[in-house]
Amino acid sequence: MDRIFIDIWVYLAASPLLWLTLTLAVYLAGQWLFRRSGGRAIFNPVALAIALLVLLLLLTGTPYSTYFTGAQFIHFLLGPATVALAVPLYLHWERVRQLALPILAGLLVGSLTAILSAIGIAELLGGSPRTLLSLAPKSVTTPVAMGIAEKIGGLPSLTAVLVILTGVIGAVAAPALLDWLRIRDNAVKGLAIGVAAHGIGTARALQISSLAGAFAGLAIGLNALLTALLVPLIVRLLHLTP
Amino acid sequence: MIGALAVLLAFQLVGEIAIRWSGVPVPGPVIGMLLLFLALHWRKSLPAPLRTTAETLLSHLSLLFIPAGVGIVRYGALLAEEWLAVTVALVLSTLITVAVTALVMQTVIRWRRGAPHDG
Repeated sequence: MDRIFIDIWVYLAASPLLWLTLTLAVYLAGQWLFRRSGGRAIFNPVALAIALLVLLLLLTGTPYSTYFTGAQFIHFLLGPATVALAVPLYLHWERVRQLALPILAGLLVGSLTAILSAIGIAELLGGSPRTLLSLAPKSVTTPVAMGIAEKIGGLPSLTAVLVILTGVIGAVAAPALLDWLRIRDNAVKGLAIGVAAHGIGTARALQISSLAGAFAGLAIGLNALLTALLVPLIVRLLHLTP
Repeated sequence: MIGALAVLLAFQLVGEIAIRWSGVPVPGPVIGMLLLFLALHWRKSLPAPLRTTAETLLSHLSLLFIPAGVGIVRYGALLAEEWLAVTVALVLSTLITVAVTALVMQTVIRWRRGAPHDG
């Protein structure tokens, strides 16, 4: 009897089907729990799903590469989904155009704040130079952040993790923080979440409204460009070396 | 649906080619988003299937980050080394950035309207 279970497990563990299905199932379960909890921020479906899948991989001793052979089909859709952000941007273009100046002001100050506060706080708490350099581009979308980290002597793989964590923190905490600050304009909410927490934040902004999603999506693109320009400059000015 | 998906993928493809050709430090899909936006803006209309497909995809955007997020499993040791500095820096910096960005944008909006700066 055990033999059969082991055979089935050996087959499933190596096939893309199991981890693809589990990723979807865990996400749906996370969404269900989020709704059941009345939309409590702490039950963020992405954070829950990631935590549960990490636990599963550790418990079953499955390497990430095996997991990813299945999950890559979902991961691949990030590309077309990013392109799809053009749709809310098109639908809300009039508002974006009117707010061009506030957008640029928020973006510039926000981008600088994201970089300098991350470096500064980690430095104060005794972070190593390599950690500071890996943290600097944490608020931009993963491929850009990894490229920047590589260029300035950080660890791109560490940066990738920090970027994801930043996104999750932003998605969980930003809406409550913005309410507390009495920000009611969804355009402002969306831009702030997009600048601080890139795509994962944008996913959350889209749940606030399509307008917030449009501004968050715009912020991903603009902040990627700006951060790629600013980080190397700041690193040189602060004389940070790995 | 399939036509709309083909459009999204085609714009992503053009975006990927454009960044490799120009060396701009932005991911291909972001350029694809920009180009699709310009195309829609130029056409002055949004085909219904494209709208439906885009909105369906975006309503589950958070799902699409899970596979990359699970990648954390590989870097437990790396994070453990300086977990305090990293955790505090990430949480505080993210919150400060959200607040500063929102307040600056809000202030400029009010300043342009000429309204006083109270809540």
